[in-house]
Amino acid sequence: MSDVEKGQVMTANRLRDGDAVFLTRAGIWSEKIDDAALVQEPQATAALEARAAEDVKTNHITGQYLIDAERIDGKIRAALTRERIRTLGPSVRTDLGKQATGTAGAFAAVEA
Amino acid sequence: MPLLKNNQFVNDEWTKVSDTDALPEGAKIIVTSTRLIQDWDLLAKYTGLLGVSLANNERAEILTPYLSQLSLIVLSFPAYTDGRAYSQAKDLRLDGYRGELRAEGNLLLDQFQFMHQVGFDSFEVNERFALQQWQAASKQMSLAYQRGLYRTSGEREVWSQRHQGFAPWEEQPHAG
Amino acid sequence: MYRYDEFDHQFVSERTAQFRDQANRRMSGELTEDEFRPLRLMNGLYLQLHAYMLRVAIPYGTLSGKQMRQLAYIADKYDRGYGHFTTRQNIQYNWIKLEETADILQALSDVEMHAIQTSGNCIRNVTTDHWAGAAADELLDPRPIGELIRQWSSLHPEFSFLPRKFKFAITGAPHDRAAVKVHDIGLRAHKNDKGETGWEVMVGGGQGRTPMIAVTVRDFLPEKEVIPYMEAIMRVYNLFGRRDNKYKARIKILVHELGAEKFKAEVEAEYAKHPAQTTEVEQRELTRIEKYFAQPSFEKMSRFAPHFENAKRENVDFARWAKNNLATHQVDGYTIVNISLKPEGGIPGDATGEQMRVMATLAERYSFDEMRVSHAQNIVLPHVKLEDTFAIWQVLKANDLAAANYGLIGDIIACPGLDYCALATARSIPIAQAISRKFADVKKQEEYGPVKLNISGCINACGHHHVGHIGILGLDKKGEEFYQITLGGSSSENASIGTILGPGFAAHEVPDAIETILNTYVKLREPGEEFLGAYRRLGPKPFKEALYAAA
Repeated sequence: MSDVEKGQVMTANRLRDGDAVFLTRAGIWSEKIDDAALVQEPQATAALEARAAEDVKTNHITGQYLIDAERIDGKIRAALTRERIRTLGPSVRTDLGKQATGTAGAFAAVEA
Repeated sequence: MPLLKNNQFVNDEWTKVSDTDALPEGAKIIVTSTRLIQDWDLLAKYTGLLGVSLANNERAEILTPYLSQLSLIVLSFPAYTDGRAYSQAKDLRLDGYRGELRAEGNLLLDQFQFMHQVGFDSFEVNERFALQQWQAASKQMSLAYQRGLYRTSGEREVWSQRHQGFAPWEEQPHAG
Repeated sequence: MYRYDEFDHQFVSERTAQFRDQANRRMSGELTEDEFRPLRLMNGLYLQLHAYMLRVAIPYGTLSGKQMRQLAYIADKYDRGYGHFTTRQNIQYNWIKLEETADILQALSDVEMHAIQTSGNCIRNVTTDHWAGAAADELLDPRPIGELIRQWSSLHPEFSFLPRKFKFAITGAPHDRAAVKVHDIGLRAHKNDKGETGWEVMVGGGQGRTPMIAVTVRDFLPEKEVIPYMEAIMRVYNLFGRRDNKYKARIKILVHELGAEKFKAEVEAEYAKHPAQTTEVEQRELTRIEKYFAQPSFEKMSRFAPHFENAKRENVDFARWAKNNLATHQVDGYTIVNISLKPEGGIPGDATGEQMRVMATLAERYSFDEMRVSHAQNIVLPHVKLEDTFAIWQVLKANDLAAANYGLIGDIIACPGLDYCALATARSIPIAQAISRKFADVKKQEEYGPVKLNISGCINACGHHHVGHIGILGLDKKGEEFYQITLGGSSSENASIGTILGPGFAAHEVPDAIETILNTYVKLREPGEEFLGAYRRLGPKPFKEALYAAA
């Protein structure tokens, strides 16, 4: 039986280069979804939203939104295919994106 | 809201009068197009100067019979992405309207030159931007491919430049 | 080819400087994202899933070797070594940084290119027949009027904040390769008894959520009236196009809701309102532009090309490629080379920087320094001597550019889909790859004859699925990608919108479903009957039965 914890993760794109980033507990933006804060409580969600809004104002990130995700054995899996692709890079070019730079999420875009 | 005319902030001497307000004597008043048409018999004899505001879902043609009597027409940009007033302005200028044409609403720097080019010559602008930003924005591009524009910043029409000596589309007086 | 003069150069440089200023203001926070978005979009810069995407305009799909080399340089220096040629004859880069975009625009302006209006609610890059100036059936070259419209529409003060995007397509040939009937405005050349040129004006075609075939508002618009008449159409659209619902904002909806006659009357009334305009300057400008598109100095040659014939006899692969990828040229001894960017299992429309340089060299050496991007995401060398084709083919073959599937089932149009695009609902490319592998054998593809298979990864239809003979639309059903199949679409002069066959398929079922459709066609076709013709005769029924029989 694997250990599953459901919740939400705050994501955005970095303003200067557009890279997909995820908000961590420490309030910084990581390129790796596994670093992200996975939250359930409304208060915690509100805190992520506040932090993201702040970082929009300081022109660090843009286009922030919450995504549904779950932590499975310590790794975070985004619920939507679209979001899993954002944690990896294009499925048709596995030589590019996070999957090529060691910052990929642990879950495939589509399970075989 | 500051009023910008000839690239300077000026006092707005015009008063908006609602459809039910009494008309102040000898003033500069802006009425809605509805009132203009309904109360024309009265307004035709108005002692001051007459202006009208046209909503951006109305046809500019409804003002055609009144153009020579109007000193101001106000068109609006409820959102900067809503570009209807550019065409209303163009229509009014093509119809021969030579009075003040004012833009109100959500005006941003990067559309400012376009507004000049279709014939606007006064602007109710956002306080967020300083005068010199508006001045710079009015002449971001020194060329335009289109002809028949109002060219208040002295921008050149490319096609007319290439083929000098041929009558421009229709000579437009520079506003202001 | 058109060349910039001092005015064009200055215009693009100023625009680049303007964008540099806007990007800096965005990064410093002076502009909010909401304010910056329309500005960056008007310069072709999108925010996609992994990075920014920059779409570069290739006006009417024509470019020189030098320009293609610069596109390769940008791919290598600012992107990840490749670019994607699109269904609007443009190229887009997938890994762009905002902070480098102004430098890229500068590099483009160095070779007389730009990204102006490749996005946004404005008039987009004008597209034409990719065989313009070369096709044997051509009445006239549509590119001069395309260039005139490009200039006129560039930063048009009145038409930069339209209800929605606006696309022009132009054809100078009776056989429509530019899909003019599924564009916001389509223009088609005609000649009258006196030999004068006029344009048939079609309005309100489109794809997306509500695919529609355009209606003709003028059968023969005299050439000198094109610009003022386009102004009248655009003004009617700008004033009365819907702005309350972005899915109903295209001109096709206005035409549909008013009815063709009422819409036409509005345009004619607007056009008649200001009749005093003289268009002497426009005519002179068109004449000036036309000079740039004068035919290259073709050699007088015989129709028979002995080396070419020999090479075909000696090399089966070359013969196959020549049969499928060459098209008839206006001039004896010349041919049109269609370079397929659809290798087996490849990503439709993608080319590496190295491949771009190879094609640039071929164009410089063999095709009067000219190339075209086709809306089917291929590259065309428009003016090649038949005798040179074997040498060209050898170079193409060495660079994975010699797929012999032009116009066949392997020549798939596909949008980037969910692998890159923020709007997509499903992936397109893996489906294209799977189908391409399934029908890898070109001999098999030839048995099916000409088939256009188009794939879109969402309802916005960038992959033109509505007008594919076979269309595939990728959707999302509860987190699973699934694919609807339509049949019978066409973007030709006999344009039609495809019909949905039935319930969708999972990704892994799609290649088999396509095979079933093609085999049904082979079984039922009459001698010489192509896929589309057979479908039009038979209707969807037999295909439906074959597809869903097992279920």
